[in-house]
Amino acid sequence: MYIIVVGGGESGYYIARTLLNGGHEVLVIESDAKRCTIISDNLGNIVFRGDGCEAATLEEVGTNRADILIGVTGHDEDNLVACQVAKHKFNVPRTIARLKNPKHEGLFKKLGVDVTVSSTNLILANIKRELPDSPLCSLLAIKGGTLEVVNVKIPPNSPVVGKQLSELELPEESIICLVVSKGGSTQIPKPSTVLAAEDEIVAITTPENEIALQNALIGNSS
Amino acid sequence: MKVVIMGCGRVGGRLATILDAGGHKVVIIDVDSYSFRWLPSAFKGTALVGNGLDEQTMIKAGIENADVFVSTTEGDNRNVMAAQIAKHIYNVPRVVSRIYDPIREEMYSKLGIETISPTKVGAELLQKVIEE
Repeated sequence: MYIIVVGGGESGYYIARTLLNGGHEVLVIESDAKRCTIISDNLGNIVFRGDGCEAATLEEVGTNRADILIGVTGHDEDNLVACQVAKHKFNVPRTIARLKNPKHEGLFKKLGVDVTVSSTNLILANIKRELPDSPLCSLLAIKGGTLEVVNVKIPPNSPVVGKQLSELELPEESIICLVVSKGGSTQIPKPSTVLAAEDEIVAITTPENEIALQNALIGNSS
Repeated sequence: MKVVIMGCGRVGGRLATILDAGGHKVVIIDVDSYSFRWLPSAFKGTALVGNGLDEQTMIKAGIENADVFVSTTEGDNRNVMAAQIAKHIYNVPRVVSRIYDPIREEMYSKLGIETISPTKVGAELLQKVIEE
C-alpha cells in the first residue's frame, strides 16, 4: 500500500518506521528541514519537505494513488485539513487523524475523517488504568468507536464474587471475552466460570452500556 | 446582525470596526489581547481573548445565536476548521472564511463554506491595474 504520513515529529517518525517494516510504500511530508534530515538519515529517502495541507504539495507526491493518509502533525486543524484535502480532492479511500483535543472527535467524523485517534484520551486511559479506584477502563475502540474493549477489575466487595458467569445480568451488547485471575492465568469464559476477587475481566461493550457493565460487575456503590 | 469574527489582525480588526459602525453587534476573538490595538477607541462591540477552536470561547462569544461567523486569522487551516465548527456544530446561518491558498479555497467553497482568497483576489486586482 502507498501510505502518506503528514507530520514528521516523533509520532510520524515511528509510524513511518513501522509501516516500512511492514513492507509498505511510505512517504512522510514535513515542513521542518531538521526533522526531514533526521528522518532521511534514519529511514532513507522517504521524506518530502513541504506543507502536507497544501493541495499543490499533495498533488506533487501523487496523493491520488495513495491508499491511506495519516495526519499526525501537532495541530488538530492541520490534521483535519490534510485529511479533508486528501479525501475531497484526491479521493484517498482512508484518512486517519491524530487529535489533541478529544472534543474535536465528533466534528472530525462528521467532516469525513475515517479514523480519529485522540492522543489525550489514550494517555488519560493509560493513566486511569494505573489509578487505584478505577475499576473500568477502555482499552480499545473498534468498529469506528461503536464498540469498545474494556478491562474491569473485580473488587473484593463486588456482588459477583463467587458467582458463575451464567448468573450475571449483563447489559445488552456486552460480552465477557476473557477472565484473568489474580495470579495471571487466563481462562476463556464458560457459563460455569466462577469469578473471584481481583479477577480482571476483558469485555466488549458499547460506550452507552459502559457504566451499566461496570455496575453489573462491581456493584452500584460508586 | 450578530457577527462573530475570529482573528483580530488588519483585516479582522477593520471588518469589526466597519460592521460595528454600521450598527451590527460584533464580537471579535483573538488569542492575543495585543491584537485588539487594531480596534478604534470608539468600538462598541466585544473584544474577547481566546481561541476560536475552543468550545468555551465560542460559546462565550455567543456563537449559538450568531447570524454570521467570519474567520480571519493568519492560518488557513485554523480558519476553515473554525468555520466548519460554526457551520456544523453551531448551525450558524452564514459562515465566511479567509483562505490564502487558492486550491484549498476552491475545495472548501465546494464543501459549502463561503470563502475568500486574498491571494487570488489581490493578484487579479493587480493584474487589472497593470493591464489597464
